Amino acid sequence: MSWLLAVPIAIPFATAVFAFLLRNGAAGRWVSVAGSAALLAASAVLMQAVLAEGVVAGQMGSWPAPFGITLVADLLSAVMVVITAIIALAVSVYALADIGPAEERLGYHALFQVLIAGVTGAFLTGDLFNLYVWFEVMLISSFGLLVLGGRAEQIDGGVKYVALNLVSTILFLTGIGLLYGMTGTLNMADLSIAVDGADQGLLTVVAMLFMIAFGVKAAVFPLFFWLPAAYHTPAFSVSAVFAGLLTKVGVYALIRMFTLVFDHDTGLTHTILLWVACLTMVTGVLGAAAQGDMRRILSFHIVSQIGYMVLGLALLTPLAIVGAVFYLVHHIIVKANLFLIAGVADRLTGGTALSRIGGLYASAPLLAALFLVPAFSLAGFPPLSGFWAKFLLVKAALEIEGWVIAAVALAVGLLTIYSMTKIWAQAFWEPHPEGREPRLSDLPAGQRWAMLAPIMALAALTVFIGLFPEPFVAFAERAAAQLLDPTDYVETVLGDRG
Amino acid sequence: MNSVILKAGTRYLAGLLLVFSVYMLLRGHNEPGGGFIGGLIGATGFVLYAVAVGTADARAALRVEPQSIAMVGLGIALLAGLLAALFGQPFFTGQWLFLGATETDKGLPLSTVLVFDVGVYLVVFGAILTLVFAMEEEI
Amino acid sequence: MEIIVASAIGVLTAGGVYLILRLRTFPVILGLAMLSYAVNVFLFASGRLAIDQSPILSKYADISYTDPLPQALVLTAIVISFGMTAVLVMIGLGAYLEAGDDHIDLDGSEPEAGKDGTA
Repeated sequence: MSWLLAVPIAIPFATAVFAFLLRNGAAGRWVSVAGSAALLAASAVLMQAVLAEGVVAGQMGSWPAPFGITLVADLLSAVMVVITAIIALAVSVYALADIGPAEERLGYHALFQVLIAGVTGAFLTGDLFNLYVWFEVMLISSFGLLVLGGRAEQIDGGVKYVALNLVSTILFLTGIGLLYGMTGTLNMADLSIAVDGADQGLLTVVAMLFMIAFGVKAAVFPLFFWLPAAYHTPAFSVSAVFAGLLTKVGVYALIRMFTLVFDHDTGLTHTILLWVACLTMVTGVLGAAAQGDMRRILSFHIVSQIGYMVLGLALLTPLAIVGAVFYLVHHIIVKANLFLIAGVADRLTGGTALSRIGGLYASAPLLAALFLVPAFSLAGFPPLSGFWAKFLLVKAALEIEGWVIAAVALAVGLLTIYSMTKIWAQAFWEPHPEGREPRLSDLPAGQRWAMLAPIMALAALTVFIGLFPEPFVAFAERAAAQLLDPTDYVETVLGDRG
Repeated sequence: MNSVILKAGTRYLAGLLLVFSVYMLLRGHNEPGGGFIGGLIGATGFVLYAVAVGTADARAALRVEPQSIAMVGLGIALLAGLLAALFGQPFFTGQWLFLGATETDKGLPLSTVLVFDVGVYLVVFGAILTLVFAMEEEI
Repeated sequence: MEIIVASAIGVLTAGGVYLILRLRTFPVILGLAMLSYAVNVFLFASGRLAIDQSPILSKYADISYTDPLPQALVLTAIVISFGMTAVLVMIGLGAYLEAGDDHIDLDGSEPEAGKDGTA
């Protein structure tokens, strides 16, 4: 069993080693693609096992829990690993066209694969300190990707990104120290039992430390400033994978900790989360409305969308958690796709500043159609995946008679449409200010398909989830049930004590 | 830096540091020491050499790019974890081989833990040199 | 003993917070380093402070021992923060040498983007 859990972490590391050693030729990028495909296969096998048998746990190094490092996958972890693998594959194919030889020689593919390893590690670990280690793996590799190329703007964004994330790390470590001092364990399953006997007041303090630490990672209000400063500077494939995955690791950690461990005083902690969620939605979408650059708009939208997911966690009803899980999956696919499309738009028109580009609808209607799918999905139009995600959350809010919350969620959805329309009008509808007629056929055929194939695949996935939501909602329901009743999780992890 | 004393001293010190780093690596098996500290000491040898004669010569003396050393180290460490699969045990379970063991004597214990430590040594060694060389070249 | 460790953590944190609020890269890096030292000492103390005791269980005598886990955690955290600081110094140095000064906020593109937004 335990190998099912170790392999999704080992594959990206091994891929990174080979991709780095082969970085001077074309082989490196194909190694990266092959590694991502292998990761997808491995994660599908893991998903199969979790679906068939419930929570799967493995003790690394044969050290029994709670002393050793436990890897554990419930439905949420498993689906996050599958989505990570899908995005990794899409982005590594896209990178064939997007990343030049200069960046490849600096080790782009190796950094990318190490980042993926960090993400899957964070999703699969069942140990709090190990989670910290994966966060750092992600942080170092993402910092490397962010400043790859070394333009002043990149370094500026990178320093902000690292400084704020290091502060979050430090708070996280402080929380770990306090928790260990209080309970004598860092195994998440063990913690969920041990905290019952701990000083509840101090526990709330620790919960707040974790909320801030993960809040920085997830870019919630008021800790999101690093995100728009950093995400618009690196290569498009880099910002796509950041947009899709990095903040979602923070959201995942929030969901995990605040359903498994910190559920002692939901009246306080989850009320704060609720405020945070609403303010995050609103500030994010307002920030986006003020921007005039495609990638900056999309970056602010990440912030606003994070709010929806945190909202699901904050409401903490079964339906709300279903919504949060569904939203996570939907959002990763859609957001990564939008950044990939922005990359194609940049390649065709020579920029992402909306005032300086245009004419894509007339000259590249295929791209325009492909943009509409994730854009409408993000805004929550039926029958796309975003509609169901928002529908579930709004319904959850209405069920507990949170009229204001539901109104905020709907209003933010409207404002999302506004900024998507802005991108549509200026980048696609209006003619190019310099009269250029950018055509997809201007790109060499190989590059064109390397860029369009992942976009089409992700768009198809969005449509598919939108048209056939039942199995996905049913899945999210099962995942939410596991989150709200962690008995199975705890027993599987600690049952292996043997 | 142009100093005759440093250059002359480095010739011996660098070698000594490298030998000592391997000693520390192996000592880590049962006593304080190990891959991390060994890698640091080993890197110090090359850093000293780079300070004395310049990074270009130090890179030439190293023959391989330090980044590649670090990545190979990562591969070796990963391999040490994967070896447990051959014995049907979970990831990173230590596998031991006691060379020449008898009833009374444990013999020479060899383990995948040591292989992992060698990987760590190379990662630290390569990463430190990558950073230091890059910094020296920037200035 | 507790008071010494606690005030050391406090002083390091205060210094670290002061330094990361500067607007130049190097004080910020130093501040982050000081904050991570503070948290490392804190983490170390989370296993209870014990003087002159080894973190190893002995099967030969019933001697007391100190908790080894925080020591292992601190070692990991030190290694990671060391690596992080080294990378940051390298990038910061590169930026400093290129730009000639190490002020953090060179977000010159910000007002320009705002202008675009209203256009």
